Amino acid sequence: MMSVSLFSSLPPWPEGRSSYPGPQVVRQPVDPDLDALKSGDEAAFEALIGRYHGPMMRLAMSYLRDRGAAEDAVQETWLTCLRTLNKFEGRSALKTWVFGILLNIARSRHRKESRILPFASLFRRDGGEGRGPTVDQRRFGSDGLWSAPPDSWSNVPESKLLGRETIDQVKAAIEALPAKQREVVILRDVAGFDADEVCGLLSISAANQRVRLHRGRASVRKALEEYLK
Amino acid sequence: MTCREVVELMTDYLDGALSAADRARFDQHMQGCDGCRAYLAELRTARMLMGRVGSEPVPEPLKAELMNAFRNWKSS
Repeated sequence: MMSVSLFSSLPPWPEGRSSYPGPQVVRQPVDPDLDALKSGDEAAFEALIGRYHGPMMRLAMSYLRDRGAAEDAVQETWLTCLRTLNKFEGRSALKTWVFGILLNIARSRHRKESRILPFASLFRRDGGEGRGPTVDQRRFGSDGLWSAPPDSWSNVPESKLLGRETIDQVKAAIEALPAKQREVVILRDVAGFDADEVCGLLSISAANQRVRLHRGRASVRKALEEYLK
Repeated sequence: MTCREVVELMTDYLDGALSAADRARFDQHMQGCDGCRAYLAELRTARMLMGRVGSEPVPEPLKAELMNAFRNWKSS
C-alpha cells in the first residue's frame, strides 16, 4: 500500500525506526506523470488535466452549486499544484495529491457558500452511514430469499445500456446521494481510487468507507433498475 | 446465508473484505442463487457505468489558461 498521507511530515519509512533503514526497504513509487511534470513536459500536463477533468468536475460539483463554481475549483487546484509541485516529494501518488488539494478547495468553498446561503445546507440530506438494509425488504420472503428477484439486464441492448441517456441517469443518481456516500462513490467508482486511497483522502475507516460505498452503489443500481425496466 | 444477508455483503465481497468463513458461505450461496448472481452483476454494471460518467473534455478557455500557467511555472 502506498502512503496516502498528503501533507505528512513523517519520514518515508515506518514509524518507530530512528534511522534510515536502507534503500531496499523504502518504496520509491515510480510515477512517470510526476517525472514528466517536473521536467516541464507540456504534452504530459495536457494529457493529465484531460484525464482527470471529468472525475475532478464530478467531485467539485458534489460540493459546489454549479458548473462554473466547480470549474473554478478545478482551475485553482491545478494552479495550487503548480505552485507547490517542487515541494511534492511523491510520498502519495500524484493523483491522490491532486484530488486531496481539490477536496480541500471544494470543501472550503462549500463552507463559504453555505454561510452566504444558510438555507442551502438544510435541503441536503445526509445519513451516509446508516445501517438499514439497502434493498426493499418487500422483495424478500419471510425465509429471507428473493420473492421478487432482480431482472437480469443481459437483455438490455448495449446501445441503450451504454447510451448517453443511461449515463445521464447514472449522473443524476450519484448527485442525489447523501454527501457522505456521494464523495466515496465518486472517488471509488468515477475517479477510480482504491479503498485505501479513499480512506486516506477522506480520513475515514475502511469499514466506514465500505458502508458508504455499498449504500451509494445500491442506490445507483436501484435507479438504473427503475430506468431500464 | 439468505439472499437478504448476501446482498448486504456484496461490496465487502468485491473489495475482498470478507473473512474466509464468510467468503466460503457467500460463494456457496451464489452458486445456487440466480437472483443474487443477477444482483451482483447489476452492481458491477452500475460500477462500470459510473466509470464512464467521468469522461469530459476540458473546456478550451480553461485548458488555454492552465497550459499558460504551466509554461509560466516552467520558465520561472
